[in-house]
Amino acid sequence: MATGVKPRVKVPKTASAGEAITIKTLISHPMESGQRKDSNGNIIPRSIINRFTCDFNGQNVIDVTLEPAISTNPYFEFEALVPEAGEFKFTWYDDDGSVYEEAKPIAIG
Amino acid sequence: MELKSLKAVTSAVALLALGAGLASAGEDDQLIINGETEMVTRTEAPAHMEYIDEIRSGWTFRSDETQALQMDDFDNPGMIFVDQGLDTWNEVDGSEGKSCASCHDGPESLAGLRAAMPKYNEAAGEVWTMEMYINDCRENRMGAEKWGWNSNPMVNTTALISLQSRGMPVDVKIDGPAQETWEKGKEIYYTRYGQLELSCANCHEDNYDNLIRADHLSQGQINGFPAYRLKNAKLNSIHNRFKGCIRDTRAETFKEGSAEFIALELYVASRGNGLSVEGPSVRN
Repeated sequence: MATGVKPRVKVPKTASAGEAITIKTLISHPMESGQRKDSNGNIIPRSIINRFTCDFNGQNVIDVTLEPAISTNPYFEFEALVPEAGEFKFTWYDDDGSVYEEAKPIAIG
Repeated sequence: MELKSLKAVTSAVALLALGAGLASAGEDDQLIINGETEMVTRTEAPAHMEYIDEIRSGWTFRSDETQALQMDDFDNPGMIFVDQGLDTWNEVDGSEGKSCASCHDGPESLAGLRAAMPKYNEAAGEVWTMEMYINDCRENRMGAEKWGWNSNPMVNTTALISLQSRGMPVDVKIDGPAQETWEKGKEIYYTRYGQLELSCANCHEDNYDNLIRADHLSQGQINGFPAYRLKNAKLNSIHNRFKGCIRDTRAETFKEGSAEFIALELYVASRGNGLSVEGPSVRN
């Protein structure tokens, strides 16, 4: 069970129709790989974010599978086309079953 | 003056040897955070410094990529820890049922504090660092356990408080009752330690901007602390960095929070008088 998990996203407040905007996302997470051992020699169980998705008005923008080699606090930066005003929805899926969500509106202007 | 011109010659030679733009890329860049906060990363050295004309933030010595991380708060990994510091700020702890916020409201009430730290504490009769003020609050106002100097909540809280002073010029007092401690710090700065017999000045005054093996030496300024270091992916306290430096001279180090390090912190902070407070900065 990961503690102190906090998602963050940065999306411009406005864009012109058809513009490609840059989106930055970061989630604070230890990303325990499952390969390490504690001081007693026992394997520390894997606990990572295994999937990240971004949707715009119900349409998928990206869908990422994360693997154990990805380091702590995974950061994604990507571009998205904005055809109309709407809302970006971001979802992170944790190994422990938790789902972290964040949403950001964007206006045309 | 003779020393100063010698320094100019050695750095010119070093530049030739390195070739342009290797380790010193982006040296003349301007640090503007979030496109709005302009920072002073180069300025005239304070009057008490005898051998250096211009003081430079550690930021000016770093590569373009590392510099860029500090120019946007979203990209600055140190901000994660500031967020955690804010959670700690509002967390009630101890027998008095108080949090930091109970007395200080928002952290912005402590704007300007970092710029003046460490400073002479009248009541205690000695120079105190921010960590000592925080632990005093915890012990005497909150009735809570002291934090370790280098513990996560301590470093995160100092980062949160430092952020409130970001962009303000460092201005520590070195005269009056603080002078004795300052003199002691200066002596430590110029004393050679360890099997390698290195003083702070040997690297950070005589050889800044040169390479020590693969490391590009800075002036050892502490205006950017606590600093997020890419090498250990966390925030680092000032004393922790001092310890690392002294260890690298193959010496027995002083302890975090020791009288020696408090004196050294005051002296090194005063060498940055005039630079902007950058904490939490990003370094390698």
